Amino acid sequence: MMLLVQYTLIFSSVLILVALGGCFSEHSGVINIGLEGIMVMGALGGALMMKFLPAGTPAPAMILLVVLAAVLLGMVYSLLLAVAAINFKADQTLVGTAMNLLGTAAATVFVKAMNTAADVNNVSSTIQYIDAKKSFLVYINGFEFNWFMLITVLALVCSWVTLYRTRFGLRLMACGEHPQAADSVGINVYKMRYAGVLISGMLGGLGGIVYITAGVSEWKFENGVAGFGFLSLAVMIFGQWKPTRIALAALLFGFFRALGNVYTGFSLLSSLNLPSAVYNMLPYIVSLLVLAFTSQKSRAPKAEGIPYDKGLR
Amino acid sequence: MKGQRSILRNKGVQSLLASLLCIVVGLLVGYLVLLIINPAGAWEAITTIVKNFFYYPSPQAQLRYFGNTLVKTAPLLMCALSVLFAYKVGLFNIGAAGQYVIGAGACLYCALAWNMPWFVCMLAAVAAGAVLGAISGALKAYRNVNEVISCIMLNWISLYAVNVLLSQVKETASPYTLTLSSTNPGAAIPSLGLDKLFYNNQYVTIAIPLTILVAVAIWVLLEKTKLGYELKATGYNKFAAQYCGMKEKRNIILTMVIAGGLAGLGAATLYLTGFEQWQTTHSSIPSMGFNGIAAAFLGGLNPIGSIFASYFIQHITSGGAYVDKTMYSAQISDLISSLIIYLCGFVLFFKSLLDRRLDRQAERAVARAKAAAEQKGGEQK
Amino acid sequence: MEQPYAIEMLHITKRFPGIVANDDITLQLRKGEIHALLGENGAGKSTLMSVLFGLYRPEEGTIKKDGKEVQIRDPNDANDLGIGMVHQHFKLVECFTVLDNIILGVEPCSHGFLQKADARKKVLDLSEKYGLKVDPDALVEDITVGMQQRTEILKMLYRDNEILIFDEPTAVLTPQEIEELMQIMHNLAAEGKSILFISHKLNEIMEVADRCTVLRKGKYVGTVDVKGTTKEELSRMMVGRDVEFVVHKEPAAPKDVILEVDDLTVASKLHSNNAVRNVSFSVRAGEIVCIAGIDGNGQTELVYGLTGLEPVKEGKVLLKGKDITRAPIRERSTSGMSHIPEDRHKHGLVLDYTLEDNMVLQRYFEPEFVTAAGFLKRKAIREYAVRLIEQYDVRSGQGPVTIARSMSGGNQQKAIVAREIDKDPDLLIAVQPTRGLDVGAIEYIHRQIVAQRDAGKGVLLVSLELDEVMSLSDRILVMYEGEIVGELDPKTTTVEEMGLYMAGAKRKEA
Repeated sequence: MMLLVQYTLIFSSVLILVALGGCFSEHSGVINIGLEGIMVMGALGGALMMKFLPAGTPAPAMILLVVLAAVLLGMVYSLLLAVAAINFKADQTLVGTAMNLLGTAAATVFVKAMNTAADVNNVSSTIQYIDAKKSFLVYINGFEFNWFMLITVLALVCSWVTLYRTRFGLRLMACGEHPQAADSVGINVYKMRYAGVLISGMLGGLGGIVYITAGVSEWKFENGVAGFGFLSLAVMIFGQWKPTRIALAALLFGFFRALGNVYTGFSLLSSLNLPSAVYNMLPYIVSLLVLAFTSQKSRAPKAEGIPYDKGLR
Repeated sequence: MKGQRSILRNKGVQSLLASLLCIVVGLLVGYLVLLIINPAGAWEAITTIVKNFFYYPSPQAQLRYFGNTLVKTAPLLMCALSVLFAYKVGLFNIGAAGQYVIGAGACLYCALAWNMPWFVCMLAAVAAGAVLGAISGALKAYRNVNEVISCIMLNWISLYAVNVLLSQVKETASPYTLTLSSTNPGAAIPSLGLDKLFYNNQYVTIAIPLTILVAVAIWVLLEKTKLGYELKATGYNKFAAQYCGMKEKRNIILTMVIAGGLAGLGAATLYLTGFEQWQTTHSSIPSMGFNGIAAAFLGGLNPIGSIFASYFIQHITSGGAYVDKTMYSAQISDLISSLIIYLCGFVLFFKSLLDRRLDRQAERAVARAKAAAEQKGGEQK
Repeated sequence: MEQPYAIEMLHITKRFPGIVANDDITLQLRKGEIHALLGENGAGKSTLMSVLFGLYRPEEGTIKKDGKEVQIRDPNDANDLGIGMVHQHFKLVECFTVLDNIILGVEPCSHGFLQKADARKKVLDLSEKYGLKVDPDALVEDITVGMQQRTEILKMLYRDNEILIFDEPTAVLTPQEIEELMQIMHNLAAEGKSILFISHKLNEIMEVADRCTVLRKGKYVGTVDVKGTTKEELSRMMVGRDVEFVVHKEPAAPKDVILEVDDLTVASKLHSNNAVRNVSFSVRAGEIVCIAGIDGNGQTELVYGLTGLEPVKEGKVLLKGKDITRAPIRERSTSGMSHIPEDRHKHGLVLDYTLEDNMVLQRYFEPEFVTAAGFLKRKAIREYAVRLIEQYDVRSGQGPVTIARSMSGGNQQKAIVAREIDKDPDLLIAVQPTRGLDVGAIEYIHRQIVAQRDAGKGVLLVSLELDEVMSLSDRILVMYEGEIVGELDPKTTTVEEMGLYMAGAKRKEA
C-alpha cells in the first residue's frame, strides 16, 4: 500500500511538472507537442550529471546540479520549438513531433557514442546511476520520500502565483488569449511566447529527470519516455489549463501508472492474473476515456497554435 | 507577360526546391553530429549512409540489398500516404504508427494462428488499421478530442495489445513470432517473378508495385473526385464545408478510416513478406509510422512526391545500418530523418519568402518598364 | 481663437508591395476638438492609424506632437505620447476581468506582483467622473457590447491619454447608445482631450465633429469645417462622384408565402439562455423582409436555425409549405434556399480553393459537374465559373484559377452573391451582404437583391446598417434579445422609432 502511494506521488510529480510546462507554453499561445522530446533531453542532462559527478558528492549539491543540468538542457532544446513556431510561424504540431523523434534519436546516438567510446563492446544506450540516485531519497518509516516531490510542490505553488498574481502571468495569458490585444497595449508578444516556451522547457526537462529516476536506477534512452509527455498533455487538458486542477488530474493519472509497477503486491489484483501489458495500457486507456468526456467544454487558450504575425491585424 | 512568369512561382518547383534544401541541411547537420562524435570516421560514415546498398562491392549483392530497401520502402510509403491523406483534411495522423502496429498484429495473427491466405491477412490488417483510425476520428468528430493526443494513446495501447496477442504465436525460445515460411507459406505475398529481378531476393513481392498503385489512386482520389473535393474543403475550412451541406463529422471519420487502413496495409506489405518477424517484447513503437511523417512532408504532401521521399528516407535508414558500429550507432539515420521533419516546418516560410522575393523583383521590373515607357513618351512629345 | 495642434501627421506615405496605402496624407488634430476622419473601406484610414501607433513605419513624412517632431516606433511610444485608441474590434481579453483588461500593459506592481487595489480606485473614480458605468470585477465575456466599449474608453483614460481615437465606434450600438457615446465624446473634448473619430457614417460626423478630413483611395482629399459643409458635399469628397442615397425600386408585389417560421427557438452557444425565443414570421415571394437589430440580439442564431447550421430547439420552419425544421443543410439548399453568410471568410468561401472551385461549392454534386463514378467534370466546372465571372463581373488576377484568398473583399463577396443567386433559389437569405465593402460594390449588391425580389423570389435580409434597412426593405422586423419586438413599415417609420425598438424601449402590444 505504502508502495502504491509512493509511486503514485512520484509519477504524479512527473505529470504535474510536465503538464505545468505545457500549461505555460499554451497560455502564451504555443502548443507544445514536443514535451516528450524535451523530457528526454532533460533526462539526458540529469543522467549525465549523475554519472559524471564524483561519488561522495554531498546530497544537496548533487540535487542542485542534477536539476540544473536537466533544466538547462530542457530549455536549450525547447528553443527549437520557440524559433520555429514564433519566428518562422511553422506548424507547431509538425515541429513538436519532429522534436519528439529528434530527442530520442539524438539522446540514443549520443549515449551510444559515449558508451562505445568507453568500451568498444558496449553498444547499449543505457546510463546507470545507482549510487547517485540515493541522494534524492530520504527514508521515513519505510516510505521512500523523494526530494523531487517537494520540488514539485514548490513548482506548483510558484506556477500558481506566477500565473495569477504577477504582472508576468497576466501578460503571458493575454498573449495566449488575444495577442493582438496584448500587442496593442505594448506587450511584446514574441518575447512573452519565448518566455512561455522556455518555461515549458525548464519544467519539461525537470519532469524528464524525475521520470527516469522514479523506480529505476538506469535508463535505456532508445525508449524515450514512453508517451509520458503526451500523458502530461492529457493531464493538462483534463486540468483545464489551471495549475490546481492539473495537480488533481495528475494524481489520478499517476495512480493508474503506479498500479502497473506495484499491482503484484495486491493479492486481489494479482489473483486476476492479467498480463502486465494490461496495466501498462491502463494510463493510456484512462486518459482516452477522460479526454472523451472533458474535451467538449475546453477552456483552451483561444489563440494557441496560431502563429502571431505583427503585420496581420 | 505570362511567358515571363518565373519558373520559381510554380508550386511544384517550390516544393521540390524546399525538399532538396531540407535534405541537404539535414545531411549537413547529421554530418556535423558525426564530426562531433568522432571526426576520424565522419566522412566515411555519412557517405556510407548515402550509399546504402552500394556499400557492397558485387553488383549482385547491390541488387539484392537494393531489393531489401525497396521492401521496406513499401510500408513506409503507405504510412506516408496515411499521414498526408489525413493532413489534407486538416488532421495530423501521428497515429499512423499505432495503425501500423495493429495492422501488423492483425495480419500476423491471421497468418500464424488461423492459417489464412495472404490476401485475407492483408485485408485484416487494413481493417484493423481502419478501426483504430475510426476511433480517433470519432473521438475528434463527436467528442472534440485532439487527434494527436488520442492517436498517441492509441499507439501505446495497440503496442501492448499486439505484444499480448502475438505472444500466442511466437517461437518458444525467442520473443519473435513464428516465421511465415515454416508455419503458413500461403500467407506470404506472391512475388510473381519480381524476385528474379533482384537477384532472387524472395522478399521482393507484388507488394511494391501495389503500393505505388495505391499512391496513384490516392492522388486521383484527392485531385479528381467529388470525395476528394469534399475532404479537402473540410480540411481547408470545416465551417464552409458545413455551410454548403457537406457532412463534416462523417468526413473526419471517413478520412481517419482511410488513413488508418493505409497504415494497416503498410504493415501487411512488410510482415507478409517474411522479411521481419514481430518482436513481442517491443517496448517502443516501431518508427515506421513516424518516418511516414517525414516522408509525407518531404514529399511536399503530394502522393507522387511521397513515393520518392519515402524511398529516400528508407534509403538513408537502411544506410544507417552499415555505419561503423565501433564509432557510431544506426540511429544516426533516425536523427537525420527527424531533422528533416523539423526542417519541413520551415517550408511554408521558405515558400512565402521566395514569393515575396519574386514579387519585389516583378515590381521593380514593372517600375523600370514604366520609367522607360515614360521616357519614351516624353521623347515623342 | 484657433487652438494649437495636439498631433500632426504631415505628408505621410506608406507603401505595400503592389499598392500605395497612404499617399502624401496630412492630418492635423487641434487640442480639444473632435476631428472626424472620413473614407471608404480601403481608403487608407487604418494604415494611417497604424502609422500613428508605430505598427508601420512610413516611407515618407513626419509626425509632430505639440509642434515638436517625434518618432513612434511601437505602441509603447504612442502610449508615452498620450495617444490611445478604441479599436473597431475591441482588443479585450474575454476571460479577464474588466479591471485586468484596463491595467494590462501598465500594471501597478511591486516586485513584479500585481497591486490591484489602487488601480481599482482610479478606475472607479474615472468611471464616475465621465459617467462610464462598468463593473470592474465582471468578466469581459459576460458583459454587454456597450460596457465593453466603455471598458476600452477607460483603458485610454487610465493611461492619462490626451489624444483619443475612436475607430468606427458606433457600428455595434443602438441609436440611443450612440447618442450617449456622442455625449461622452463631447464631455471628453470639454475636459481638453483631443478626439479623432473615424467613421464612414455621414450623419454622425455632421452631428458630433468640429472638422473633418477626407481620404480616398489612399490619397488626401481635404479637410473641412463641418459647420460649413453638407452631407452631400462630404460624400462627394469621399466617393469622388455623386452618390444616390436611395435605392430605386418599385413597390413590392408580394405573392405566396415562401418561408414560414412558427414559434422558433434556438439555443445559444454562448450562454444558457436561448438566443432566439419563440419567433414567428413569414416571407412572401416578391418581397424583401429585413431583420433589423443591434449585433448580438439573436439574428445570427436565427439564420443558423433557418439554414441548418445550428439545430432548432423548438418550433417549425416551412419552406414552400414543406417542413424543413430538422432537414440537413444540403436538403434545404436543394429545396430552394440560398444563403449569403454573415462571415464570408468563415462560411462563405474555401479561401485556399480556386475561384472556380468556390463557384460550384453549392452545386458540385449535381450531375452537371460530377460523373456517376464520382469524378469531377473539370471542363464543365470551368465553363460554369467563367460564365458566372463574366455575368456578375467578378474581378480577379487569374480568372477561374485565382486562389480565393488573394481576391479583394468586394470581389469575394460578389463571387458568393453570384453563386447563391445563380442557384435560382426561391428564398434568398442575405446576412450583412455589404459589410466592409466600398460604395460601388454596395450599390451593385443592393441592385442584385432588388432584382431578385422583382423576379419573384422571397428575400430575407439581415442587416445592422440602418440606412440599408430603410432603403431596401419592404417590411422591417426588429429583433431584441432573441425576440421579434416589432414589425415596421419602412415608408411610415423613422430611424428614431426603429431605434426605440432596437433598444428594447418599445415593443408591439402582445
